Amino acid sequence: MKRYIAKRLLQLIPILLGITLFSFLLMNTGTADVIDVMENNTGSALSEEEKNALREDLGLDRPLLLQYVIWLGKTVRGDMGESFVSGQPVSAMFVSKLPATIGLMITSILLTVFLSVPLGILSAVRQNRVTDYLIRFFSFVGNSLPNFFVSLLLIWFFSLKFKLLPVMGNNAGWKSVILPTLTLALSMASRYTRQVRATVLEELNKDYVQGARARGIGEKRILYFSVLRASMLTIATLLALSIGSLLGGTAIVESIFMWDGVGKMAVDAITMRDYPVIQVYVIWMAVIYVCVNLFTDMIYHYLDPRIRLGREDG
Amino acid sequence: MREKQKMTVGKQRAAGDYIKIKMILFGTLAAGVILTAVFAPYLVPYDPYEQDLGNALLPPGGAHLLGTDRYGRDMLSRVIMGSRTTVFAALLLVAVITVIGSAAGILCGYHGGKLDAFLMRVSDIFLAFPGMVFAIAVASVMSGGILNAVIALACISWPKYARIARSQVLSIRNMPYMAAAKLSGSGTFKMICRHVVPNIAGPVIVTAVLDIGTMMMEIAGLSFLGLGAAPPTAEWGSMMSNGRSMLQTSPWVILAPGTAIFLTVVIFNLVGDTVRDLLDPRQKGR
Repeated sequence: MKRYIAKRLLQLIPILLGITLFSFLLMNTGTADVIDVMENNTGSALSEEEKNALREDLGLDRPLLLQYVIWLGKTVRGDMGESFVSGQPVSAMFVSKLPATIGLMITSILLTVFLSVPLGILSAVRQNRVTDYLIRFFSFVGNSLPNFFVSLLLIWFFSLKFKLLPVMGNNAGWKSVILPTLTLALSMASRYTRQVRATVLEELNKDYVQGARARGIGEKRILYFSVLRASMLTIATLLALSIGSLLGGTAIVESIFMWDGVGKMAVDAITMRDYPVIQVYVIWMAVIYVCVNLFTDMIYHYLDPRIRLGREDG
Repeated sequence: MREKQKMTVGKQRAAGDYIKIKMILFGTLAAGVILTAVFAPYLVPYDPYEQDLGNALLPPGGAHLLGTDRYGRDMLSRVIMGSRTTVFAALLLVAVITVIGSAAGILCGYHGGKLDAFLMRVSDIFLAFPGMVFAIAVASVMSGGILNAVIALACISWPKYARIARSQVLSIRNMPYMAAAKLSGSGTFKMICRHVVPNIAGPVIVTAVLDIGTMMMEIAGLSFLGLGAAPPTAEWGSMMSNGRSMLQTSPWVILAPGTAIFLTVVIFNLVGDTVRDLLDPRQKGR
């Protein structure tokens, strides 16, 4: 186990280097010149000489690879530059907005689990009956609805038509969290219900279930004590893996509901071409995602020693 | 006993027929959507770009079946025209990532060695980004445009196909028929075209068809954020984004393109599920 953890942590290094190199290149070889963007944003007119001085100041005249190494050194120390627009350090901006996003993610994941796990199990147990078809129908519909359409429908229905909930912002207490959570959970739960159903079905078709039935053990007992226990591991892993789509989905949903988290920060930064902000967002999201996946793999490995994940991936 | 077996065979046949009927039905619907997109300029009742401020924000009905937007443009025409951008972009995207991804996967699986190790590490890096986050970054640097949105999503989506193709190649590489083909003197190119591609195509095609709907939603999502098609181009995502402020007074400005996306994604998802049932019966009903 220790060796496995060490190996996985070592594998993390090239991935992290890749992520940072890629984000760096993306932002530094983009079509727009950084200095021009800064000039536009601050509204001051600069002469060509002043621009060159600024370039030298920022180290933009050095070779790209050297720039990357210097930049990486700063990044590791937590200094990821300042926003072109507000001038604030972007790391601090990101950290101050992260709790709102994490809060939204937690409520969405909780709602997803509360919806999907019982529904998925029910659907599997009642395979090819009315309940199953209904659940599958709704999860199919939920899977085909883009989340920005869902958010607008929810706003239209709950906030504008019936005036039950606030339209936007995260300052109206518990009420403001309902709609964004519903939006995110709906698409996540639709996919996840299917996965739970498939996992439980596969377990139900195993020989030991047949054997237990033959020995006269009740269906409920088989379900709760054997089947669910055996499928929980896969169900939990699938949930952790779906966090990636949640991380991306929050960007659109946060900007629609004016939820003041990192997703909205990134979307706002895009319209203003505030590259350092986008960069900090991309890097940290990727790092969070990688860590969640790694953590999932480790727990999976820890709980089920038969699985040698490391050996399969060449 | 014999009768029971007969019935099972009969039932299996009936199930097979059922899938074929579904395939024909959904395939026709999908073909309808694609044809609408192709012939959109001839199908629109009005010019989707012509502004008529005197008739702005008319509710659905009468001369304008789906109403008009704030510039008095006919919503039905814009929705029909918008199918072009969204559907074509999604199909192009899926075609590109399928070809590039599986080509990379086949190369890796067939040759192995350093190339394999290198490409798989590269794909690890791309897989480390949450999809939409990465697409947002790439599209924002490349400053919008529907083609740039497609490129952004292509960058992040090809590794999945590379992984699938590679694992399929690895599973057939040591099959006797591969050895036989090699012994009979087939070169690398012939081996790949005649023996590898046909034998790994199934799972790749299933993944590709199932991805069309998702990709459509992601392209529309990028356009919604202003990173895809730019106004005044008729595109469903950007149409909805522009109509946001009118949600209360004229909801049809949002509902028309939204429903169009939803129905199109439903149709392509139905096709995807059916293709999976057809090509991969083991996964049926999942």
